[in-house]
Order: sequence, then structure tokens, then C-alpha cells
Amino acid sequence: MTEATATFGVRRHGAASVVDIQGDVTSGSEDVLMSAYESAGDAGAIVLNFSDLSYMNSGGIGLLVTLLVRANRRSQQLMAYGLSDHYRQIFELTRLDEAVSIHDSEQSALRAAGVR
Amino acid sequence: MGDVNDRTTENAMDTAAAARDATYWAKAVTRLNVSEVPKGAINLNVTGKQLAGPIQGFGKMWQKTYQVRLPRERVSATDLIATWKQRFPDFWPEGNLFYGPLTGIAPGEVALLNMTLPGGMTLSTGVMVLYADEESFTLMTPQGHMFAGWITFSATERDGETVAQAQVLMRASDPIFELGLTLGGHRQEDLFWSHTLREVAAHFGEAADVDTQVVCVDKRRQWSRWSNVWHSSAIRSAGYMLGAPIRGARDLARRGRTPD
Repeated sequence: MTEATATFGVRRHGAASVVDIQGDVTSGSEDVLMSAYESAGDAGAIVLNFSDLSYMNSGGIGLLVTLLVRANRRSQQLMAYGLSDHYRQIFELTRLDEAVSIHDSEQSALRAAGVR
Repeated sequence: MGDVNDRTTENAMDTAAAARDATYWAKAVTRLNVSEVPKGAINLNVTGKQLAGPIQGFGKMWQKTYQVRLPRERVSATDLIATWKQRFPDFWPEGNLFYGPLTGIAPGEVALLNMTLPGGMTLSTGVMVLYADEESFTLMTPQGHMFAGWITFSATERDGETVAQAQVLMRASDPIFELGLTLGGHRQEDLFWSHTLREVAAHFGEAADVDTQVVCVDKRRQWSRWSNVWHSSAIRSAGYMLGAPIRGARDLARRGRTPD
């Protein structure tokens, strides 16, 4: 529950930063996720890539809420793509989808973030 | 050959992950439904309500963490969580009732809560089990609950100890509850979960102190959510209690009309 078993890589695309998530996201991922967020810098949009997510528990969903608060504080948009049907449902169930816009692909997310 | 083996391993891992997803998370619901109302329980503010997380709440966002430490030889993390799930209401302070499924905590189950507030009023609300695995479980609140958010109960083993934890991520649901939390509600909540964790530790024979950590995650109030007050379980519960004499008189009149 407290071990970090996920990695977060950051790529910059113009005004957006893409965070590639790999592995299991749990409450133990807090430090690595927040450090990835810091390296995303002052991007206008943070795009979370869930394509290589293995698993996420409720602690992981809690971390995304904390991340959302930080992003809102800096007036950054938070977006997601690559979610499996299951995790799309979890975003709907937890009503995270009302604050994090969900896209089908990286291109679509970047377009929505105003990156050409 | 190597590719085939890699693909087989990958498929097996995908199947295991899908099984884990299906087992631990609640299925999608748009509105809550209480399948059976236990005798004595008041069900006012759960059926037909949507779930509400910290994003949907009104007040400041808080993360509150309550922990107790037990010697690992007393209980493992998984055994502690199994017991906690099975006997969840037993550890609550007196006067607060949790009407959960007899089988214990399981994903997707909806439980009714009847809580006694200062002044003796009974607040009727509920929770849904959002997530449950061997080392943790999470309850999420419906619209109108005192707060919008979730509470995760977990246990971990470190340095020869089993650490039991309750962690609340919440915003007060509406302006009235925000005021109530500021005027002593937060203190009441701290006492509630500290009591619960002490009882969990006592169940395993340990008189443990509770560590409490409170962090204000977001100082801003979400004023656009003020209208959550429409769903307020406090207002609806108060209305229900004020209507008790009228309901009682109506029942008496009905009985009087029924021939013996």
C-alpha cells in the first residue's frame, strides 16, 4: 500500500506536458507523482497518459484529486487519455471526470490543450 | 518462441489485472439504491442520490489521517483489515449506527448511517463501498452527507509493526455543514475516528495512542457548489424529526379506524 510501484515520465509538447504513467498507482506513488508534476513546470495543461497503467486503487484516485487541486491553483488544465474502459468507469463513478477531461488519444488531448 | 512466451506472460498479467479491477472496485452506478432497509434504520438521504467526492463539495478540502500502531505479532495487516471489514460498526462510538450488509464490507454495497448529533438529533445518511481489497477499503459519500469525499481504511506492516489507518479526503458538502465543521464539527470528527482506531487496537489487545495529522489541501471554498444545501441530510433529517408527532397522530387515527 505504501510502496511506490509506478513510474512517471514527463515529456513537453509546447504549452502542455505529458506525464507517462507506468505500473501500479497507489497512495505510495505520491512522492514520485508530485515530483513528476513539478518537472512538468509551468505548462498550461498537464496531460496524464494512462496507456501503460497496470492498476490503480482508491489511494491512487485520491492522489489524482490532490494533483487536480495543485493544477487548479496554477490555473493548469488536467487531462487524461489512454484509460481502459474500466478506469473510465472509475473516473465516472468517483466523478473525477467532471474535473479531468478525458480524451481518446494524445493528439486529441494536445489539440484540446491548444497544442498544434 | 521468446516472443510467444512474452505475449503469453503479458496476456496472463492482463487477465490478472482485469480480475483485480473487477473484484476490488464497485461497479458503475449513477444513483444509489438501498436494497433492504434494516429494521430500525431511517433511510432518508441515500436512495436516488448520486455519489459526491471532494470535487463536488463546497468547503475547504482537508486530508485527515488517523493512525495506530500495533506489534506485528498481534495481527498482520491483512487479518486486521479482514476483521475491520467484518466488524466495522462495532468499533464506532456509541449512538452512531452503521447498517451495513451482514456479510461485511464489499465493493458496491450501500450502508445506511444514523448518527447522533450534539443536541440529540439523528442524522440519516449513508455511504457506498467504493473499493475493497485485502489491505484497504474505501467508503464514498452520497449527496447531502456532512462532507463530500471518501474515507480509506488501510493497514500496512513496517518495522515490526502493523499500522492501522483511517484517512479522510473531504470538503464540507454545503455552507451550513462548512459552518458546522468550523464550529466544532472537525473536532467531533477527530474524536470519532480516534475512538474508532483505539477500539480497533483494543480489539487486538493493545491500548494504543492515535496519531492525528490534518492537512488543508485546498483553502478555497467552491462557492459554485452552495446549492448542495438542497440535498442537506441535516435539513432533511430535522424535517423528518419535526414531522414525527404528525406521523404518530396519523398512525393512531389509522389504527382507530381499523376494525378489531
